[in-house]
Amino acid sequence: MYTGEGYALTKLEKVVGLARANSIWPLPFATSCCGIEFMATMAATYDLGRFGAERLSFSPRQADLLMVMGTIAKKMGPVLKQVYTQMAEPRWVIAVGACASSGGIFDTYSVLQGIDKVIPVDVYVPGCPPPPEAILDGILKIQEKIKTEGFKRRDSTEYKQLLASYGIE
Amino acid sequence: MEQQINNHLIESLLREQFADAVIQVEESYGMLDITVQRDKIIEILQWLRDHSVLQFNFLTSMNGMHFPEVKNKELSMVYHLHSFFTNARIRLHVFFPISDPHVPTATGLWNTANWMEREAFDFFGIRFTGHPDLRRILNVEDMLYHPLLKQYPLEDGTRTDKEDKYFGR
Amino acid sequence: MAKQENIVNGVVQTEEELKQYNYLNLGPTHPATHGIFQNILKLDGEIIVDAQPTIGYIHRAFEKLAEHRPYYQVTPITDRLNYCSSPINNIGWHMTVEKLIKAEMPKRVDYMRVIIMELARIADHIICNSVIAVDTGALTGFLYVFQWREKIYEIYELICGTRLTTNIGRIGGFERDFSDDVWRRIEEFVNEFPKALKEFESMVMRNRIFMDRTIKVGPITAEKALNYGFTGPNLRAAGVDYDVRVMNPYCSYQDFDFIIPIGSNGDTYDRFCVREEEMWQSLHIIKQAMQKMPAGDYKADVPEFYLPPKEDVYNSMEGLIWHFKIVMGEVHVPKGQVYHSVEGGNGELGFYLVSDGGRQPYRLHFRRPCFIYYQAYPEMIKGAMLSDAIITMSSMNVIAGELDA
Repeated sequence: MYTGEGYALTKLEKVVGLARANSIWPLPFATSCCGIEFMATMAATYDLGRFGAERLSFSPRQADLLMVMGTIAKKMGPVLKQVYTQMAEPRWVIAVGACASSGGIFDTYSVLQGIDKVIPVDVYVPGCPPPPEAILDGILKIQEKIKTEGFKRRDSTEYKQLLASYGIE
Repeated sequence: MEQQINNHLIESLLREQFADAVIQVEESYGMLDITVQRDKIIEILQWLRDHSVLQFNFLTSMNGMHFPEVKNKELSMVYHLHSFFTNARIRLHVFFPISDPHVPTATGLWNTANWMEREAFDFFGIRFTGHPDLRRILNVEDMLYHPLLKQYPLEDGTRTDKEDKYFGR
Repeated sequence: MAKQENIVNGVVQTEEELKQYNYLNLGPTHPATHGIFQNILKLDGEIIVDAQPTIGYIHRAFEKLAEHRPYYQVTPITDRLNYCSSPINNIGWHMTVEKLIKAEMPKRVDYMRVIIMELARIADHIICNSVIAVDTGALTGFLYVFQWREKIYEIYELICGTRLTTNIGRIGGFERDFSDDVWRRIEEFVNEFPKALKEFESMVMRNRIFMDRTIKVGPITAEKALNYGFTGPNLRAAGVDYDVRVMNPYCSYQDFDFIIPIGSNGDTYDRFCVREEEMWQSLHIIKQAMQKMPAGDYKADVPEFYLPPKEDVYNSMEGLIWHFKIVMGEVHVPKGQVYHSVEGGNGELGFYLVSDGGRQPYRLHFRRPCFIYYQAYPEMIKGAMLSDAIITMSSMNVIAGELDA
């Protein structure tokens, strides 16, 4: 007995997933050196626009994907959290670079050792700085994640628990 | 107009004018290293700047230092001066105890000293009397200690991927 | 009437002032602030009356970190200062240590270093100038010129393995000689880049809109600039011809023939033009260095600091012992203090190194030009409008890594 979602809903999910994945509006939260590699990714040689992410949104209200590129210091942590909470669902976070993933080479008193201490992260792109091919690989992985996400995830208890563990409403 | 000036001339002129305030003069790697008394430092800087022959018109850099082993002279401020007219460079030191970390401010002479003194306050706790706006500049405003003093550790305690047992600590 | 003193975001004002002015937070995350620093602007309508900058949002504690790392591990830290032109920072640090240990470099190393540093200067000015154009609305220039930054990245990749934060060279020279591919690529770059730079200039420099947006915007006089400690293209745009390469020549810069462009008003257009001309001068220097490149060794004879090549480490006794001594920190480092400065993309980048004979520096202070000249920003934008403030900030080329360290 098939007890999953109906035929019409799964097909709709696939279409919506495809639409969402190929029209991401990223918010480039570029703080340091990885930001320059992001500029190289946006430029003509490693074009990011061909994946649908042509329109950068600097306002979190209009963005889908928060790309945190660069070191986040403890002074910047609350700002990052504020930007994340202002984004509307569905939203994804990609941590670009070693500093955003885990603090990088800066194991010091003033650097946040990974942004997953303040916000939930979907994809980590390691590298110092990651070359544009790696950033594009991260974008492709996010696209995979978006395509297979479905409608129910954002209402599930698992997701709500995840947000609660970070103290985000 | 570039006059040829050498370190002997600078030293003799300075000793002539401030015989009692100059504690020690040595030369390291071509640059004069002069240790002076703390309460005369602003007078000396002004005299060096306004002197008709020496003309040290540019304050290159200022930074603090901490020597925990030297009793009564734990903290130090270092001033680098440069003359655009004679192309001479000079370094001045003042030493003072950590129980009395007060130094007169140089913001009256050069505007550039403003942020450099705030940085020295932020890192070492050196208080500049007469500074218009002495507060932390690089660290979080409500930080409780001055991080670059030698007794404080570099690392942040919250890093979880550096288990001591894997690194033989 | 009693006047109440209120402090709003660090700026003290009276009741009357609170009623008249608007406070706008040009916050740390803003598309036009290239890098993260915050400005709280006090606006009277659209005119800026005062600004209160807050920095430190990317403070990574380089100076404390350098006290816990051996000398050759400080190089990746210096990379991240002005990350748009990281070879200059690396080579500046290596020269500081070489000054401390009193090592003489062969001429070939000097000329190779000059080529790398001038390429880095071109890369830095490419970003700054194209971003000034982007902030006035001209996105095309950025896309055209950035492809040439990719060519520079390819050259770096062949020399040291990475694109942006290069960790190039060693204390004592380079890891290996430049291969033929590198020479070919540098030759190609020097021959082809002028066309692209001329195209960029023709789009932007005499463009009526660009000139209206940038002339007389964010001016600073020469005396004020010297008082605030300006160095580099910002000071040269104000009219003072101070260049560390000429005043205190290092790395055989005295062998090269180049001019220092200076401006007259210190406004945004002057800063743009000074950087543009510096790119032409850098190309000229690279051509001279390639023509006069002497034969010789690509490294100096400093076995105590220069890691031996792996063939020597595995096959000879001396190589093995030197490798062990360097990595374990058994070499003799002289005690002393040294100050060395190089002409970075933004001005005089100074390194004040205090050594106590140990494996790590006792104290390392970076004289960061961005940190020093950003103090003058509130004064430069007084009386200007908000869009002028944005252009002034991008023309000053404030790199967050160098601002906060």
